[in-house]
Amino acid sequence: MIDRDTVRHVAALSRLELHDDEVEPMARELSAVLGHIETIAELDLDGVAPTTDVVVARSGLRPDEPHVSLTRDAAVDQAPDASDDGFRVPSPQA
Amino acid sequence: MTDPTTLSAVDQVAALRAGDLDAAGLFAAYRERAAADDTNSFTWLADGPDDAAAAVPDGARARSVDGPEPTFDVPADDALSVRGLPVAVKDLFCVTGVPTASCSELLRGYRPPHTATAVARLQAGGATVLGKTNQDEFAMGSSNENSAFGAVLNPWDRTRVPGGSSGGSAAAVAAGLAPVALGTDTGGSVRQPAALCGVVGLKPTYGSVSRFGMIAFASSLDQAGVLARDVRDAALVLAHLTGAADPRDSTSIGWQGDALGLPSADRLDGLRIGVPTDLLGEGIDPGVRASFDAALRTAEELGASIVEITLPHARHALAAYYVIAPAEASSNLARFDGVRYGNRAAADDLVSLYTRTRHDGFGPEVRRRIMLGTFALSAGYYDAYYGRAQQVRTKVVEDFATAHEQVDLIATPTSPTVAWGLGERTDDPWAMYRADVMTLPQSLAGVPAISIPCGLDDGLPVGLQLSGPAFGEPRILDAAHALERAIGFDGTPPRSGRTGEGGAGGADATSGGGAA
Amino acid sequence: MSTAYEPVIGLEIHVQLGTRTKMFCGCELSFGDPPNTHTCPVCLGMPGTLPTINREAVRLGLMIGMALGGELDDRLVFHRKSYFYPDLPKGYQISQFDRPLVSGGSLGDVRLERVHLEEDAAKLTHLGESGRIGGSTASVVDYNRGGTPLAEIVTRPDIHSAEQASSWLRLLRETLRQLGVSDVNMEEGSLRCDANISIRPVGTDGLGTKTELKNMNSFRFIEQGINAEVARQTRIVQDGGRVEQETLHFDPRSGSITSLRSKEGSHDYRYFPEPDLPPVAVPTELFDLARAAIPELPLDREARYVDVHGLNDESARLLAFRRELGDYYEATVAAAGATPDGEAAPDGVTRPAEPADDPADTRRQIANWIGNDLVRRLTAEDADDDAAGDPQASKVTPQALAALVALVRAKSITRKAGGQVLDALVAEGGEPAAIVERDGLAAIGGGDELRPVVQAALDANPDVVEKLRSGNMKPIGVIVGAVMKETRGRADAGAVTQLAREILGL
Ligand SMILES: [Mg+2]
Ligand SMILES: [Zn+2]
Repeated sequence: MIDRDTVRHVAALSRLELHDDEVEPMARELSAVLGHIETIAELDLDGVAPTTDVVVARSGLRPDEPHVSLTRDAAVDQAPDASDDGFRVPSPQA
Repeated sequence: MTDPTTLSAVDQVAALRAGDLDAAGLFAAYRERAAADDTNSFTWLADGPDDAAAAVPDGARARSVDGPEPTFDVPADDALSVRGLPVAVKDLFCVTGVPTASCSELLRGYRPPHTATAVARLQAGGATVLGKTNQDEFAMGSSNENSAFGAVLNPWDRTRVPGGSSGGSAAAVAAGLAPVALGTDTGGSVRQPAALCGVVGLKPTYGSVSRFGMIAFASSLDQAGVLARDVRDAALVLAHLTGAADPRDSTSIGWQGDALGLPSADRLDGLRIGVPTDLLGEGIDPGVRASFDAALRTAEELGASIVEITLPHARHALAAYYVIAPAEASSNLARFDGVRYGNRAAADDLVSLYTRTRHDGFGPEVRRRIMLGTFALSAGYYDAYYGRAQQVRTKVVEDFATAHEQVDLIATPTSPTVAWGLGERTDDPWAMYRADVMTLPQSLAGVPAISIPCGLDDGLPVGLQLSGPAFGEPRILDAAHALERAIGFDGTPPRSGRTGEGGAGGADATSGGGAA
Repeated sequence: MSTAYEPVIGLEIHVQLGTRTKMFCGCELSFGDPPNTHTCPVCLGMPGTLPTINREAVRLGLMIGMALGGELDDRLVFHRKSYFYPDLPKGYQISQFDRPLVSGGSLGDVRLERVHLEEDAAKLTHLGESGRIGGSTASVVDYNRGGTPLAEIVTRPDIHSAEQASSWLRLLRETLRQLGVSDVNMEEGSLRCDANISIRPVGTDGLGTKTELKNMNSFRFIEQGINAEVARQTRIVQDGGRVEQETLHFDPRSGSITSLRSKEGSHDYRYFPEPDLPPVAVPTELFDLARAAIPELPLDREARYVDVHGLNDESARLLAFRRELGDYYEATVAAAGATPDGEAAPDGVTRPAEPADDPADTRRQIANWIGNDLVRRLTAEDADDDAAGDPQASKVTPQALAALVALVRAKSITRKAGGQVLDALVAEGGEPAAIVERDGLAAIGGGDELRPVVQAALDANPDVVEKLRSGNMKPIGVIVGAVMKETRGRADAGAVTQLAREILGL
């Protein structure tokens, strides 16, 4: 019900590498789970509004008042590859 | 004097207040026990009570321009003091400067520049952080076998799982390594391990405890909760977790229920307890069912009336949950890309940097749920999966509202089974997911629920779940307290026998592997 | 026979809102500060952090919606838009999707689809030999800009030329500037424009496949880019090909258009409701605050200048589209006693005891003096900058300019001498009458004073006199020139001509 191509497509969307020997098991496991999930397809839900949250009251908006930001050193402290200018990554166009 | 670690948390803080106990000594006693832990419950231990509150380097935390750190409303009532109480904290709660990985390889070694509000509130009340507890990676699991820090062993039987995802917190409390622990509950992750480890697990109303600083699994479901030896201890901690709304969490709405105190009820006169017969039909172990039925009889003896109710859509909660939670998780975990923090895989190009970092950093169950969630949100599938699951959620919410027109509380077994063997369900994700079938409906509805031990089946604890409407915690705690007294469960795991491979647990216990 | 095609253009404009702090955290907005000095756990996407909505950004968004006449939503609903890129710290952008803050509306002849709120991406700098996108091996991310509040304004495809696109965008920019919701600086990126472009045979209604041209950061590039893309599409279609839907980048240096994102990004943004921001009602007082803060907008002011002030279209647009000019104009008109009936004079202007004799003409003259003479003098120094040449910041007070215009209208000085007075006012300020006195610029009065000078000029140019007598009036300029030279510009050219005719009996 979910084939290898779909698995590869979803893995690409998720930015997850899947090794060749991981594709088939993933397809099998996801298909099994989706098989159970699809029981909800049989329910009559016409006209039922979706519930996106169960917050029983609403919080207010934040006043536009600055807080103290992190120092540069604290900001980049946990970075795997930091330079003076910021967080280094391979160029997206490389 | 007697070993202070045998006292309840409520009695410990009373002794601390009276000067019969000193905080450093109490901390050291737990520190010593936790250091000798053979259940692999902890991922990190503080050296002393001030360790986690130690001064943070300048500029390493954001604060208001005009003022200091945010302050918290601490309960004024002396009986609710937590001053000097050591607390174990699930790894996914950020604590400034303290290793916080949500038990993921990707975050191993990460030290956040901020502290979760739930932890900060306890610290503001004078509690101290004893250590970080093991969990399923990013809270995804029901057995605590999906941890980059190894599986946790159940203190009642070290060949069995403690439940999950707050397995380390539950096991630590059960084994007497901490008086109380913070956990999080997304679909049962506090209640189910509490049941399997024979301790109390409380999941409060969604929105009542700030999620700021909790590494998210599923935002619309995640809620911080408490693991404790008894109901009063759970209530004590809850009084500190709740209070005014947290301005740093837009889903935090502040406490809106009746005042929280220590429960003292010993009768249930007039209380109507609903039992959802349609949810109890199949898949419940006979021994679990027997303990549950016995607990209901006890409730009746205390004056409660037992009412059969239906929650017609509750059995579809499992399917809806396994769409909604993975969908939100797939998005919440997109930030783990190896750029700003965490561990990065070697790569020459950007896409490989992402895909390898995430392949190597996430365990199999996390990868599976990211895939499932991404699929459910992707073009062409959204309506059939995510959209429909949200409609089911609406029906589940309505079911609870309807039920509570009839009854005050709803009772179920917390878990259909007692603790199972390590590795037993790792090949069958759906079998693992079914472990939460009784706890998921309340999570989808956002209502509060507690699990208390109600007996043993073949020597292993059975949990009773009581849930109520939003902000119904005071009533839930009162009822749970009265029942707990009447049941008289002895929460001390046998120290001998049933230990399987003995005390070899530790950091190299079985790897997560497999499914859940 | 070849078919003629017309472009169909819709614009998507991202406007950085002029709040103090970011959209979802309390970090202060900055431009040009050292990298990564305006970040916090929230805008770095640290684990466990959550967004909170900046109330001021909502207020500014409402102001835009009100100014553009759109329908305002009373609930704030945010979604997550997912894609992986280093400038996006959470792997998703918090944006509005199916319930934008503002729906519909229009500005001038262009209808709007929507205005929605979202957060800006961080800044990615490409290192390497060229310092630009191609050929670099590493990039660094600066999260200072990440999380800046944006209003995204999306038009309907109502634009049909590059020139229309750029002139409409100027109108939008001025409208936003006058609203005070953004500093709308294109060079600094606080206003950025993408264009959706398709072509269709002239006279048809359908919509062709559109391409998206990204991030053009000046009006000139927008025109060049759209023209280049329209030409590219026309070539493709005329050659029998099909335009492909893609995202494009225009390089103003080479004039070339390149595909910006590879196919891999065949976009599936997986929008879903942001679970960290449950929908919340827009506080009613925000609507009131927004409404009260909306000033008169350029198009309304232009109409008032034409309909009520009697200015011509060109003057009206110039003064209305530059708020500081319009304000200065109205202050000058008030100082001249020429404020139209029923209109209140601006605060702080002392009105003369006597109203102007011909208020409409006075207003036209004032508009001319400001629009032509004064602006040219003030911008000479710092050209290039649209905001340069603010008369309110000059030494020329509205009272002085009103007095100058009155002197010219009364023919007490010539228009040319008036220019000299204005030079002096711009340089040193002061009172026109005093400058006229000091520099001897008073117009040479009626015939008594001027007649001998004209007579002398005629005497000195017998050949010109001969032509004039024969009916050829062309060389009168020579006489006028000679008189002007003699009087140092203080004579009125019309009066000179009149006197010459009288003397010659013509
Ligand atoms: Mg946008
Ligand atoms: Zn920030």
